[in-house]
Amino acid sequence: MSAHGMPAPAGRDAAAGWMQNPVRLVVEQASYAYSASDRDAPDFTLGPATFSARQREVVGILGPNASGKSTLLRLLSGEFKPLSGRVELDGKPPSQLPLRERAQRIAMVHQESTLMFPLRVWEYVLQGRYPYGRRLRFENEGDCLMVENALAQVGAKQLLDRRMDQLSGGEGQRVILARALAQQPMLLLLDEPTQHLDIGGKVELMRRLRKLAEENRYTVVVVTHELNLAAEFFDSIVLVQRGKCLASGKPADVYRRELLEQAFETELDVEMNASGKPRVVLRGDAETEIAEGDAETPEKN
Amino acid sequence: MRPLTPRRIVAICALLTGVLFVVVVFSLQVGAYPISVGDVAMTLVRGALGHWNSIPSSDRLIVFGLRLPRIALGILVGAALSVSGASFQALLRNPLADPYVLGVSSGAALGAILALVWLPQFPWAMQGLAFLGALATIAAVYFLGRRKGQLDSTTLLLAGIISASFLSAIIMFLMTTVSGRDLRGMAFWLMGDLGTAPAIGLGFLFVVLLIGIGAIYTTSSDLNLILTGEQEAHHLGVNVPRVKLVVYVSASLLTGLAVSVSGAIGYVGLLIPHVMRMLFGSDYRVLIPASAIGGAIAVALADTLARTVVAPTELPVGAVTAAIGAPVFIYLLRRRFA
Repeated sequence: MSAHGMPAPAGRDAAAGWMQNPVRLVVEQASYAYSASDRDAPDFTLGPATFSARQREVVGILGPNASGKSTLLRLLSGEFKPLSGRVELDGKPPSQLPLRERAQRIAMVHQESTLMFPLRVWEYVLQGRYPYGRRLRFENEGDCLMVENALAQVGAKQLLDRRMDQLSGGEGQRVILARALAQQPMLLLLDEPTQHLDIGGKVELMRRLRKLAEENRYTVVVVTHELNLAAEFFDSIVLVQRGKCLASGKPADVYRRELLEQAFETELDVEMNASGKPRVVLRGDAETEIAEGDAETPEKN
Repeated sequence: MRPLTPRRIVAICALLTGVLFVVVVFSLQVGAYPISVGDVAMTLVRGALGHWNSIPSSDRLIVFGLRLPRIALGILVGAALSVSGASFQALLRNPLADPYVLGVSSGAALGAILALVWLPQFPWAMQGLAFLGALATIAAVYFLGRRKGQLDSTTLLLAGIISASFLSAIIMFLMTTVSGRDLRGMAFWLMGDLGTAPAIGLGFLFVVLLIGIGAIYTTSSDLNLILTGEQEAHHLGVNVPRVKLVVYVSASLLTGLAVSVSGAIGYVGLLIPHVMRMLFGSDYRVLIPASAIGGAIAVALADTLARTVVAPTELPVGAVTAAIGAPVFIYLLRRRFA
C-alpha cells in the first residue's frame, strides 16, 4: 500500500530520457514524530512515506487537513530530520547539509510573507541570493540580473519597484515564487500555493510550475488541496491521511475510488477524461467537482 | 533597483557624524557658563594640539573637565541603547521593542544596584551584573510574551511593561532599605541621568560597546531575513538560533553597560531606529550604524536640554527622552494596532 515499486518516468521524455535523468529525490520509509515537549498538541506522527522524483517532475502531496502533508514537506526541505528511513536529494540527506548549502539546492515557497517593514519587490527577491557569498554581503550586478530573470520567469517584471504591501494576492504569490527562483534551487517546495488564488490564478500557477520544472530542470513538490488540478498537471501524487502515506504513484494509479474515499472520508467517484487524466467528482452528483478542500481551516502541521 | 552599497553606508555615516559634531559643539557652548563657538573651537584645537597652557583655565575646566566627558558618556550610552533597540525589534519582530519598554533596562539597573550592595570592592561587578540582569530580563520577557508557543506582540509588550514595573518596585525597595531613601539614586536608576561620572573609564566603555555593536553588525544580513520570518530565514540558509544567541547576548551587553553608567534612559532604542528607518530604509546593514550615531546625537542633545531647560538646576536626561518618547510611542502603537 505504501509504495510503488519502480518509479516510472513520467511526462513527455519517457523511456528515452530515463538514463540521462536519474532519480533526484528519494524518500524511503521516512517517518517523523513531534515530541511532546515542544508542542501542546498530542504527539503527531508521520508514518513511513516512500516515493521518488526526477528532475522536471512535479509531485503533488494530497490529503485532508492535518494529515501530515506539511510535515512531509518539511522532511523534504531538511528542516526536519527523519526519525527513521531516509530522505535524499542527489544522494545527500538535506537535513545534514550546511544550511546555506541547503538553501542553494532547496527553495521553500511559503504561503505568504508577513513583513514588518515594507520592502520593495526587488529587495524581497534579492533575499533569495543570501545563500550565495559571504554571510554579511552586499549584492552585486549578477545578483540584480538574477532578480530580474526570476521576476521575468514568473511574469512579474513590471512589479520590480513596487512595494510588497501594495501587491494583490496573486502578485504577491508570484513575487514569493520569484525569490525562490533567485535561490537557483534544484528542488522547489511549495506549501499550499493556491490558497489565496481564484481558479484562473490557480491554473496559471500550475502551468507556470510545469514550465519552470521543464525549463529550469527543477524537481517540484507541491502540497495542495486541488485534487483535479493535481491530476491534470502533476506527474505523480503522494496521498497522505492521518499521518500515513496511503499511496504514491502516477495520478491514474493513485486516484482510485476506495483510496480517495478512505483518505477524504467522503463519497467520491473517479472518472477518466478524454486525455486519460482522472477526475474526482462527488458520488451521485457528477456535476459537482471537488475542487478544493476545506479552505477555511488552515492546516495545523 | 538600487541595492545597498558600502559606499552609501559610509556616506550616510559621514553625514550623521557631521550632525553629531555640530551637536557636540553646541552642547559644549551652552550651560550655566556659556562659551562662544569661537572659544569652544579654539579650546578644542589647542587641546587637540596639546597646548594646554594657552587655554584659559576656566574654559579648560568646563570644556575638558565637565562638558566633554559628559557628552562623550551620552554619545556612548545613546549608541548602545539605540543599537540594542534596533536589535530587539528585529529579533522579536516587533517595531515597538526597546530595552526600556521591555524591562531590560530595569533588569540591568537592578543588577547594577545589587553589585553596589554586594560587591562594592569590584569595579567591574556593576557592569557584569547589569549585563546579567539585562540578559535574565529579556529571557523572562521572551517566555512570558508567548501565547500558544508563538510570540505575540501585544502580550510581549505587556510582559515587558509589567516586568519593568515589578523590577522598579524592587529597585525602590533596595534604595530605601539599603541606602536610606536615596531619592537622587532612585531617580538615577529609574529615569537615567548622565550627571554622575562613571567609575570605569570612558575608553574601556567605548571599546566594549564597539565590540558589542560590531558583533551585532556581523549578523545584519541575517537580521534582514529574520525580519521576514524565522522559518523563511531558516529556509534561506540563516542559522537562526546562532544569530539570536549572538544578538540577544550582544544587545543585553550594550543595555547592561549603558544602564550601569547612566541608569535606565528610556525610548532612545525605540525612537531612533524608527527615525533612521524613515530616513535611510529598513536594511539592517545601514540601520545598525545609522542607529548608533543617531542614538549618540539624540542622547547628547537630550542631555543638553536636561542641563539647560531648568537651569541652574538639572533634569535627569531620562525625563527629557520620556517626555518626547512616550507620546511618539503612543502614536506608533495606535498606528500599528488601529
